[in-house]
Amino acid sequence: MTALVSGCPSGLAPATPGAVTQDPSAFVTEVKGRRVLDLMIRGASCAGCIAKIETALMRLPGMQVARLNLSTGRIRAEWTGGLAATIIIEAIVKLGYGAAAVDPGQADGAISRSEKGLLLALTVAGIATAGVMLMSEALWFGTDLPAETRTQLHWLSASISIPATLFSGRTFFQSAWAAIRRSQLNMDVPISLALLMALALSLHATITDGAHTYFDASVMLLLFLLIGRYLDARLRRQAYAAANALAAMQTTSATRLGSRGLAEAVRASEIRPGDRLLIAAGERLPVNAQVVTGESEADLRLVTGEVEPARTFPGQTLYAGAVNLSAPIEVLALAPASQSLMADIARLLEAGEQKKSSYRRIADKAVAFYVPQVHVTAALGFVGWLIAGASLSHAAFVAVTVLIITCPCAIALAAPLVQIVAAGRLFREGAYLSSGDALERIATVTHVILDKTGTLTLGDPMLLQIGWTPDQLAAAAQLARASRHPFSRAIAQAAGPGPVANAVEEHSGSGVSGLVDGRAAMLGRAEFVGARGVDGSHLWFAIEGADPVMFRFEDRLRPDARAAVDQLRRMGLSVELLSGDSPERVGSAAATAGITDWRASATPQFKAQRLQELEAEGARVLMVGDGLNDAAALAMAHASLAPGGAVDVSRLASDCVFSGESLESVPRIVTIARKSRARIRENFAFAAVYNLVAIPIALLGWATPLVAAIAMSASSAIVTLNALRLATGGRRETGGAA
Amino acid sequence: MNVVIFMILGTVVLALVALAAFIWSLRSGQYDDPTGAAARVLLDNDRPE
Repeated sequence: MTALVSGCPSGLAPATPGAVTQDPSAFVTEVKGRRVLDLMIRGASCAGCIAKIETALMRLPGMQVARLNLSTGRIRAEWTGGLAATIIIEAIVKLGYGAAAVDPGQADGAISRSEKGLLLALTVAGIATAGVMLMSEALWFGTDLPAETRTQLHWLSASISIPATLFSGRTFFQSAWAAIRRSQLNMDVPISLALLMALALSLHATITDGAHTYFDASVMLLLFLLIGRYLDARLRRQAYAAANALAAMQTTSATRLGSRGLAEAVRASEIRPGDRLLIAAGERLPVNAQVVTGESEADLRLVTGEVEPARTFPGQTLYAGAVNLSAPIEVLALAPASQSLMADIARLLEAGEQKKSSYRRIADKAVAFYVPQVHVTAALGFVGWLIAGASLSHAAFVAVTVLIITCPCAIALAAPLVQIVAAGRLFREGAYLSSGDALERIATVTHVILDKTGTLTLGDPMLLQIGWTPDQLAAAAQLARASRHPFSRAIAQAAGPGPVANAVEEHSGSGVSGLVDGRAAMLGRAEFVGARGVDGSHLWFAIEGADPVMFRFEDRLRPDARAAVDQLRRMGLSVELLSGDSPERVGSAAATAGITDWRASATPQFKAQRLQELEAEGARVLMVGDGLNDAAALAMAHASLAPGGAVDVSRLASDCVFSGESLESVPRIVTIARKSRARIRENFAFAAVYNLVAIPIALLGWATPLVAAIAMSASSAIVTLNALRLATGGRRETGGAA
Repeated sequence: MNVVIFMILGTVVLALVALAAFIWSLRSGQYDDPTGAAARVLLDNDRPE
């Protein structure tokens, strides 16, 4: 019954119709006599989806286990016998979901292990806090407590909090130690120092029957900090998995021609330089390669940004990301997929490195400002009390109180919490951040440079409604359905489903011919069908006994391109269009989107150069692009965004990847980034004010453990609540600025 | 007063039991798919389709 609906039966996610584009057999592994395949599923979001997909798979012969993990969007299928892996993907695609084979990732395992470690540390700290608090209440409020009982309670607190702190605080200690060994300071240094000093001082007080211990403060501090760390790790993993899912939908396996001419399916990652690969029509090139035999056309949209397919010929070098269109070609791999990609990234990042490393995060600035100050204050307090004639232990007590109460807590949480909340909100809206400081950089941009193909536009050509009749379209569509050329696909899409012509033949680089309703027909370039005309964004269609017709195409703008551009401008940003495509097409796209400042025929070098020009003028540029030709600019820009359909290099070089058809993601991301910057500043301002009040109290020796505990939790709570303000207030604020 | 000490020791033991239970749940993969676990409650597995 449910199988009648395509995709998610609850309508929570759009159906993802798609063809099986890759042979997953290269991803199948053998475990204990069972064959195992991990698949990334797109479009599954509810219990109905689980039932639908799992039931369909369990009906396949030999299927033993099929379990969908809704959190990661992955399904693991285990089966015995000769069931072909392609059948599994086909079964899922038939239900209206997207499916792609993935490497059973070891990286994923590592991430979840560290996350589980944090969760365990968090729980231990939580239980310890509850336990110590139980005794602290008696200590704080039991003014008539005999000294003997007090010491007993102190010992109990010590026996809980010392092991708990040592166990749960490892993350901080390790990171602080690593920083010190590089003779640097990070936030974990004062945190570790405060934790360890508090424990040492409290232990000393316990042994000497002292009145005040800070066991409660130390575990509570740890608890707050670990909550922040855990949420951060979880969000990072989710963003990583989501970005991975986008990537998995694009990765291809390839057909390798073996020594005896045998074809075998291999993972893109297994391709070595010198391998001969067979690229069928419609397949994406997984590595940089040289054409050996076969003439065809290649869609270089992702590589150069040009909409029009280019002819390919033997001897030509093609870059990874090009899509072969009309005829199968044989190519020689020039570099392994990982290496060519890694090399590209390394080169790009080297270019961009200077830019990004010169950026200092607000939090780092705060640490550099705060750490020495607090430590000097603590030292001055120690010396001051000694001079005033206090005992050594009392002077030490005051110094440690300063360290604890100036609370690394509020300062340590101020920036990360805001970033976690902002990244979580972006995540829900389909944008995946690569790092926390990306938000800070996006918040400060003054210019936006947009790429045209695939960024301002959707990247798929669309048929213009002029110059043809519906009958001609229907006839042409019969031929178009047999071709993978983007223009043909646009015709087929405009005509809807229907019959395919007989005796269809592809003439590589020219067009297709065949029999439509018994009459000879041709669809392709002007000279191919015998028409007079220049080549451009159009196809000619000729049928026996009639004059040739021209179909014109246009790369469609994203539906809200104009609104997004207007909004960016209202936010005080100058918008510029920079494209590798021809001036007329860029000009018309710019006019439609309302962009006055545009440059066409831009090479990757020119894009990078234009960036430098702007930055020399003092502008901070947000680059938005998807192609290989944008990657250098993406890496160099102050901040960068890439749409989900971008090539791997561009996705990796950018700070944030957004999915979906809407370009309004760009102003929305900038808005959220600006807000999070404001929240971070507020938090630091608050922490500064808090410290101005807390330090004198601590220096005067008035800070009892009760005061410390209240001050610490209150300041952390305020910082957290301020950060949470980002999570609410949806589109009303971002979209409703009009 | 000693009775308080016993009470506290009892609490500590209980807390340790809770911690052990948590570690077990973590190890047995109960936090691997929170979204899926929430959704699976709705599935009607008793009736064959």
